[in-house]
Amino acid sequence: MSYQKSSFYHPRLPVNDLGLTYRDYEGALSTLCAGCGHDAITSAIVQACFELSLPPHQVAKMSGIGCSSKAPNYFLNKSHGFNSVHGRMPSVTTGANLANRDLTYLAMSGDGDSASIGLGQFAHVVRRQLNMLYVVANNGVYGLTKGQLAATADKGVTNKGGELSLFSDIDLCVMALQLGATFVARSFSGDKKQLVPLIKAAMSHQGFAFIDIVSPCVTFNNHASSTRSYDYVHEHITTAAVTDFIPVKTEITSDCQAGVCEDICLHDGSLMRIHKLQADYDTKNAMKAINDIESHKQKGEILTGLFYLDPNGESFHDVNNSSDTPLNQLKQEVLCPGNRVLSSINDSFR
Amino acid sequence: MKNTDTSSYQHFLKVVDCQHACPAHTPVPEYIRLIAEKRYTEAYMINWQSNVFPGVLGRVCDRPCEPACRRTRVEAEPVAICRLKRVASDYKEDIYSYLPSIPQQKNTKRIALIGAGPASLTVARDLLPLGYEVVLYERDAKAGGMMRSQIPAFRLPETVLDEELNYILQMGVECHFGEEITSLAKLLQAKFDAIFIGTGAPSGRWLEIPGHDLASDHIKVGINWLANVSFKHTEEAPKRVVVLGGGNTAMDCCRTAKRLGASEVNVLVRSSFDAMKASPWEKADAQAEGITITPDHSPIEYVISGGKFIGVRFEKVASSYDEHGKRTLRATGETILVECDLVLVAVGQDTAFPWIERDIGLKFNKWQQPTLNKETLQSSLAQVFFGGDAAFGPENIITAVANGHQAAISIDLFCQGKDTQQDRPEAGFNLVSQKMGIHDWSYQSGISHEQRHQVPHIAWEEAVKQLNTEVELGFDEKLALEEAHRCLNCDVHTVFNENTCIECSACDDICPMDCINFVDVDQHSDKNAEQIIDKLRVKEINPQQELLVSPALKTGRIMIKDEDVCLHCGLCAERCPTGAWDMKKLMIDNIGATIK
Repeated sequence: MSYQKSSFYHPRLPVNDLGLTYRDYEGALSTLCAGCGHDAITSAIVQACFELSLPPHQVAKMSGIGCSSKAPNYFLNKSHGFNSVHGRMPSVTTGANLANRDLTYLAMSGDGDSASIGLGQFAHVVRRQLNMLYVVANNGVYGLTKGQLAATADKGVTNKGGELSLFSDIDLCVMALQLGATFVARSFSGDKKQLVPLIKAAMSHQGFAFIDIVSPCVTFNNHASSTRSYDYVHEHITTAAVTDFIPVKTEITSDCQAGVCEDICLHDGSLMRIHKLQADYDTKNAMKAINDIESHKQKGEILTGLFYLDPNGESFHDVNNSSDTPLNQLKQEVLCPGNRVLSSINDSFR
Repeated sequence: MKNTDTSSYQHFLKVVDCQHACPAHTPVPEYIRLIAEKRYTEAYMINWQSNVFPGVLGRVCDRPCEPACRRTRVEAEPVAICRLKRVASDYKEDIYSYLPSIPQQKNTKRIALIGAGPASLTVARDLLPLGYEVVLYERDAKAGGMMRSQIPAFRLPETVLDEELNYILQMGVECHFGEEITSLAKLLQAKFDAIFIGTGAPSGRWLEIPGHDLASDHIKVGINWLANVSFKHTEEAPKRVVVLGGGNTAMDCCRTAKRLGASEVNVLVRSSFDAMKASPWEKADAQAEGITITPDHSPIEYVISGGKFIGVRFEKVASSYDEHGKRTLRATGETILVECDLVLVAVGQDTAFPWIERDIGLKFNKWQQPTLNKETLQSSLAQVFFGGDAAFGPENIITAVANGHQAAISIDLFCQGKDTQQDRPEAGFNLVSQKMGIHDWSYQSGISHEQRHQVPHIAWEEAVKQLNTEVELGFDEKLALEEAHRCLNCDVHTVFNENTCIECSACDDICPMDCINFVDVDQHSDKNAEQIIDKLRVKEINPQQELLVSPALKTGRIMIKDEDVCLHCGLCAERCPTGAWDMKKLMIDNIGATIK
């Protein structure tokens, strides 16, 4: 039995700007089921962080409870991390972000953690515009408790035990669009070509970024009547545009043809290059995005790709006008400037 | 890009680099696993079947397997394959009950073997259990050929050699020791159904430089001198000895001279130190015993002064290489005189066939080598076969053994009136799943990160005092087991079934070596292999190694596995939810037939 992955690695593995290979961004060996979509998401996150040359100690990985929320143990083992109470990851991340705004916040949650017990927390963290990437690994079932239907399961499907889904599904992308997220995308764990550039762009984005990732539960939701199985998703997936992430330092070689291709400049100078597959594709219109998601759903298709991007949207610290220096780096005398400052504040109210 | 043909064993055998590199295709990982389980006798017998002399080869093999070992592609040093073979030999129990039985009723075919070296004895070992009568002619008083006459006992003890020779001789070889064949024409008159010639490369080269004739009393050909030491005709060496040449014979000469009393032993060689033909470990051992190796020196004259032999004059040379790797030596004009009392010349050796008449129909090529079919080793005289150094010039013991297997198959076919080429048997093979449970394999799939272990030896200052004491002590059991665990089990193959794959990417995510790729192939634009290789996780592939290419999957993608640095850790198969990957052991039923 293999308890560990060999530390040998390919002798011709590429290194990034920090001199690290992607293996340096790995975590512990996964204990999830063999073939779990979450492991593919893990691998996409590892690849994205490697390609972005993120210093691992500048990343905080946040999670709640569930199979999805176990996953951060399997990537970035040199980063900070917090595995919080069920559904309460958004509050803990808000606190962490308030204390240290310099870290990159990468949150991993699931359909139970975000669409059921933590739905309220989810709604408010979107509303709060916290600068973070919020990833939901969405498999439509509660895998950790043996496959009960989750709130994201489509109405009318049955689970492995034959239980019928009686209620409408919650679409977290639609919610995020309604509540003002500035980066919203959907992807599939089995499509790294799409997923890796989306994660890279979302991590470079200033503001609240949300990616809902269809991630088949190989043990409890990979049967013939599921709409989240590998076969079903492979057959019903569709995309409106192919997105590519171009980091700041890379020279842009090919021209972007108007009407087919669009470049969106992100906050840090990197580019999101979009090749439109559908002529009316538009990243600036949240209402249209909601419409597109719902109309494809009615056709039985799963629409994936980047739905909405506002590269200049405000984030929590802008709205709050908080200090540029992270709070955890402010000295006692700055945080508590003493009686003289207090009196002058009090005086201003008189 | 073509799908890999998995209907024959060729792809799989090539993945087992050590086995593929071994001329006799010894199933290396199989015997190393048996050693790891302390099943030494079985490990020995696996070796004995394919390489015939495990105890000998576990000490003096040229080890073509070790540079091929996959471990050298993921870390510094290969598994000590050769010395693990010795472990099997050292710790085995009595093997007589495992030896093949020899039919009492013979098949009436008589085969003559000329020369009692490794090639001939392999032919005898393969043919005797089939009922052949085997008659052996050897000019020396004992069997073994160059294994006895040219390899000193401090590297290969006589007891080890005798034991392994006896396993074969006791099968009922009719031996004629001390009987030199001086005419093949005469032998062809005798009633033999086939003749095998394994007479080696017995003629050592002289170095005809000025002064050679006058100094001849002080010059000896290395291999002849070593044979004289072996047969106790030479029992001492003068104080100062110069050895010319840089191969393993030169190393054996210098180390033997030291043991026979020489105090100043100098090896001088024209090539650079790195380009010397001797195995790196032989050079290291010679230096450890206090022998000076001087590279980049070309001998130009045996120096005589006042009728007295003084020594050898050398010119310093510089090696340079052109883009094809061809070496040219440039004289620098700088010369030195190395004074000595004896010169041992070890600059190469040749085959010698003065006893084969040129008018009996046996063709020779322009280098005076017999014209042979490379696969069957049959000469232009249908009943005469060659093998070992006699066939293609000096090689090594393991090549001689491989030739012996090839020739035995040919002789067997020939004696049955079949065509030695067309009717050659093909080996059958099987791939056997090693799965024991969900995460459980019948081999040790965890990877050992231990570094190579050094073989213990007696103290160097003791070693140089004793002619017949073996220098290496061999691995003790603890070291042997640790070393055995370094083997990557390359014969346990990752076998892919495209029909059950659901393309979840679990295998390519977990693979520690980035071997596995699922690649979109555009039928229109991806016309050539390079464009597809450009889509692999690691694009810089090793052209010497195989790719395992699957037919198209459900989504139209193909699976490409680069076999180059696969650790055979089985994680891909453990992570596969549908069993599309399995770890299967390659079993070949007739290893001899795989030698081409």
